Amino acid sequence: MKARGHVFKYGENVDTDVIIPARYLNATTGEELARHCMEDIDADFVKRVKPGDIIVARKNFGCGSSREHAPLAIKSAGVSCVIADTFARIFYRNAINIGLPIVECPEAAEAIAMGDEAEVDFDTGIITDLTTGKNFRGQPFPEFMQKIICAGGLVPYVNSEKM
Amino acid sequence: MGMTMSQKILASHAGLEKVEAGQLIEANLDLVLGNDITSPVAINVMKGMKKQTVFDKDKIALVMDHFVPNKDIKSAENCKCCRSFACENSISHFYDVGKMGIEHALLPEQGLVTAGDLVIGADSHTCTYGALGAFSTGVGSTDMAAGMVTGKAWFKVPKAIRFELKGKTGKWVSGKDVILNIIGKIGVDGALYESMEFTGEGAGSLSMDDRFTICNMAIEAGGKNGIFPVDEKTKQYMEIHGSRPARIFEADPDAEYERVITLDLSEIRPTVAFPHLPENAKEIGTFGKIEIDQAVIGSCTNGRISDLRTAAEVMKGKKVNTHVRCIVIPATQSIYLQALQEGLIETFVEAGAVVSTPTCGPCLGGYMGVLAAGEKCISTTNRNFVGRMGHVDSEVYLSDPAVAAASAVSGYITSPEEMGL
Repeated sequence: MKARGHVFKYGENVDTDVIIPARYLNATTGEELARHCMEDIDADFVKRVKPGDIIVARKNFGCGSSREHAPLAIKSAGVSCVIADTFARIFYRNAINIGLPIVECPEAAEAIAMGDEAEVDFDTGIITDLTTGKNFRGQPFPEFMQKIICAGGLVPYVNSEKM
Repeated sequence: MGMTMSQKILASHAGLEKVEAGQLIEANLDLVLGNDITSPVAINVMKGMKKQTVFDKDKIALVMDHFVPNKDIKSAENCKCCRSFACENSISHFYDVGKMGIEHALLPEQGLVTAGDLVIGADSHTCTYGALGAFSTGVGSTDMAAGMVTGKAWFKVPKAIRFELKGKTGKWVSGKDVILNIIGKIGVDGALYESMEFTGEGAGSLSMDDRFTICNMAIEAGGKNGIFPVDEKTKQYMEIHGSRPARIFEADPDAEYERVITLDLSEIRPTVAFPHLPENAKEIGTFGKIEIDQAVIGSCTNGRISDLRTAAEVMKGKKVNTHVRCIVIPATQSIYLQALQEGLIETFVEAGAVVSTPTCGPCLGGYMGVLAAGEKCISTTNRNFVGRMGHVDSEVYLSDPAVAAASAVSGYITSPEEMGL
């Protein structure tokens, strides 16, 4: 499986309050949340994002609240993958549990620029900046998490009665 | 190599003799928590599961605290969804308006969490209960749904940072200053994926309310959990609040810590975290005059009785500055009642502050104190991210209740000491 799209680049500590502000938290559908995704950090994001696009950011992406609305808003906006130096731990869990692909790779997160076209190969963990031609190797998931991802998220994993 | 306190609790709940950092385990839960924002999502997720019944109706707590009394129709629908779910599943610990309080103040107060417990909650500040010697951590709604159905959750066993605390905090300095100081030192991802274990004679000198405040903000350093050893103060708290029988775990003497940070509590001064990250910590007296438009005293971090006592001590016989709106929020109904009986509410109202029913409202810019563009707020809450309390161009400064109260009276950020108290 591969993700391919244009890059939206952000800095360090992108928090869940800017990913989806609390004033929209009483919405529960992905579609509704997606309309306000990244609103407080990049008001143009929603207007410009296209299905398959990739978010690249620096360390501690998704810090703050436990709101699953945050990865859900990103996934529902059509984003195919988030690449960052590191992810905040609850965001990391939530992304795996709802099936939003994420990759930790400080080198890629530093080098890839806003507007570049990038590709992520989830089988090999290779990230390619198609604009510059540079390749990077992302951190592979531990086996246990791969099982959850392969099952399609935590719900199908629980349904398979493995838990 | 021995285990940390957090690792021991995880091992016991996974039925294992020993666990190591990095190991992935499945563990049995003592309590699964959700609120009016995260539970409706979890309830919806549960509808996609084969098994749709809860694992134990007595081990789930649903607390309506974020947008209640309901601020709009959508919030009312969300609470209605939780209410119906609680009724259909005979959930014993469902807290609605009139009974509810801010979840992380409420659960320990109601005796629902005890030492040695393993708790997950679909709220990032679930890490608060480490003050009782429990392992508790925030998760998302899907984890909450799986937890409600199976009674289990997966964990990656964390490494730990040990904070060796020495000495005692001075007058007007509290747990909030300690944790802001720590976050200022290690950064908002300084404890990413790790446990923060607080030890030493200094840890013992801190009150239970201080310990709740410190563990509450472990997440603001990226931590998985914060935890204090169980001592006489913990046992006394659990006895007063009728907690279930405790299981006391202690770190092994040869437990491995990624690093040890020593902190002398007597050297900590009242501290303010500047916009827009909790790590932007500055001591009072090291910055210029910052005028404020609003002061909020409350939240899961600082809405407990000792916080209100401190604020009232500062505000007694004084008036809130005419340019400032001051909002005081007791964290639970029983704290509210106690504050009323002690005359604290009278002090706040006479000073010109408003006192609200328990709610998370203003902390996350929900309602009951949303900021306009350009406004500045001193707040005893836990986050000062961009737009956290309202407009994207508003600013939040985090502090302890003494500084918030002193600033409300003065109209600019200051401490009781600078006021001459």
